[in-house]
Amino acid sequence: MLEQIRFLLNDYTFQVVALGTGFLGLLSGVIGTYATLRKESLLGDALSHAALPGIGIGFILIQRKELSVLMLGAIISGLIATVIIQTMSRKTVVKLDSALSLILSSFFGLGLVILTSIQNNPNAQQAGLSNFIFGQASAMLRSDVQMIGLTGLVLLILVALFWKEFKVFTFDPMFGRTLGFSGKIVESLLSTMIVVTIILGLESVGVILISALLIGPSVAARQWTNRLSLVMLLAAGIGFVSGVTGTFISSMGTRIPTGPSIVVVVSLFVFLSLFISPKRGILARHVAYKKRQKVFMKQIRSLEE
Amino acid sequence: MSMINEITLIAIVVAVACALPGVFLVLRGTTMVSDAITHTVLLGIVLAFFVTQDLNSPLLMIGATLVGVATVWSIEALQQTKLLSNDAAIGIVFPLFFSIAIILITRYAGNVHLDEDSVLMGELAFAPFRRLMLFGLDVGPRALWTMLVILLINSLFIGLFYKELKITTFDAGFAAALGFSPVLIHYGLMTLVSLTAVGAYDSVGSILVVGFMVGPPLAAFLLTNKLHIMIGLTAVMAVINSTAGVRLAFMLDTTIAGMIAVVTGVTTLLVFVFSPEKGLIKATVNRKREQKKIDQRLKEIS
Repeated sequence: MLEQIRFLLNDYTFQVVALGTGFLGLLSGVIGTYATLRKESLLGDALSHAALPGIGIGFILIQRKELSVLMLGAIISGLIATVIIQTMSRKTVVKLDSALSLILSSFFGLGLVILTSIQNNPNAQQAGLSNFIFGQASAMLRSDVQMIGLTGLVLLILVALFWKEFKVFTFDPMFGRTLGFSGKIVESLLSTMIVVTIILGLESVGVILISALLIGPSVAARQWTNRLSLVMLLAAGIGFVSGVTGTFISSMGTRIPTGPSIVVVVSLFVFLSLFISPKRGILARHVAYKKRQKVFMKQIRSLEE
Repeated sequence: MSMINEITLIAIVVAVACALPGVFLVLRGTTMVSDAITHTVLLGIVLAFFVTQDLNSPLLMIGATLVGVATVWSIEALQQTKLLSNDAAIGIVFPLFFSIAIILITRYAGNVHLDEDSVLMGELAFAPFRRLMLFGLDVGPRALWTMLVILLINSLFIGLFYKELKITTFDAGFAAALGFSPVLIHYGLMTLVSLTAVGAYDSVGSILVVGFMVGPPLAAFLLTNKLHIMIGLTAVMAVINSTAGVRLAFMLDTTIAGMIAVVTGVTTLLVFVFSPEKGLIKATVNRKREQKKIDQRLKEIS
């Protein structure tokens, strides 16, 4: 057993994939914090589905599986979806969740339509396009990890540079506007960053599970502290550890897909945090409740005497 | 019956069956819960498959429906802790269930016809090949009969509990005061949503079911303020979308369910922009007019 673990840790493929998923977890932990705090966590779910037609169109245009072009297509169609969703929910009576589910499924349908028509035209290059739907972390290459690392670095620098602006628009957009910041610029920058993070994760964990990676770490981290900076650091840590552990589990066992096992690890972190976090946790609240009850009973008894 | 007519008929029945419970999902603002359900029924299908070892067993449907209800229950249990926002609760629960389902499939069911592709995407074009035999007689595609039964159940539920559904949707507190149980009606509705999602998964796939459930009711919602008219319009929109979708898919030789989802998106967005009462254009014009009025008043005052 120990021998096997040591062998795995020295394995090149494992190192590459673990590093990639770890980075991805870290990044989605940081960016996801904004998404969950702004109560837009399901936007990630919708956007990841909406990226599919962009990937298909990108492929049709160049007839090759050039990752950067596919990603660009995905980003554009993700942004179009964001604009439609926000127009629907902000300008009219349509509720956010109706807009989300409508756009999610019709864009996904469009993606399937495009992918099927690509499959009908024989072109050997198209193999593996459907990997985007479920993701295939084990196929991650060194160049993929480098791209995740570089893009991630840019995103993290942006977070550091616009820390104040993002913070004020996350918690109190009205106040931000009165201070003279442009709401439009900050908000579109934020949504672009969320879209980019999702697209980075598409190839490795897939359309459906990337939203869990975006939501999970930040929800878990939120239980432990009330400071934005600490929540973000913790979320980054949890995301990184989940990515690496999930990859580890899937490499240890036989036939365990990587994406889903990462999601299971993230969920464990979430439930653990919900239960045992010291101030807000379910256990802590139960104990506090019992204690209050006891004090109350004592007071009543002393009044009776 | 020719192939295309048979497929159109199945598509119409699926679309109407999905859209009916969708009316109340849209009005209650819980459509993303149905998105979660359509993903998690996969877990139910897998678990029930391990027990029965038969993909056509009715137990599969019951198992999957139960997991759908369990999803709703877990989401609500999480929401009640107040430790995370409502949408985050949805986003935590369904990927977890879905992941467990995928792990189970890849580990144990690799050699049977049960893969995540077929569950998520589905394919209407294959539906006519799976026939239902009764007493050695070919009575039609199996999917048609399954969805007809579900459509009947959905219509009966809405017909019988129309007033309960209406009152719990628009004013849950008042309903509770009158002695109706909003919780009971809520879970009844969610059970129907799960049942419909399970029934529709092999013809349209679980992701597109959401579009079938949300699109037509949303378009109808933008066109009227009366519940019964909304239900009627929903059915009409569902029929139009599915017929047009099937024709277009045949013309372009592509996935039928995907095409119907695209048509649904397009018609709903058209209604969204052009609806005479609640559309985008109307809202913009209204806002401009209000602004002008305020500007004028300001000028008068100064």
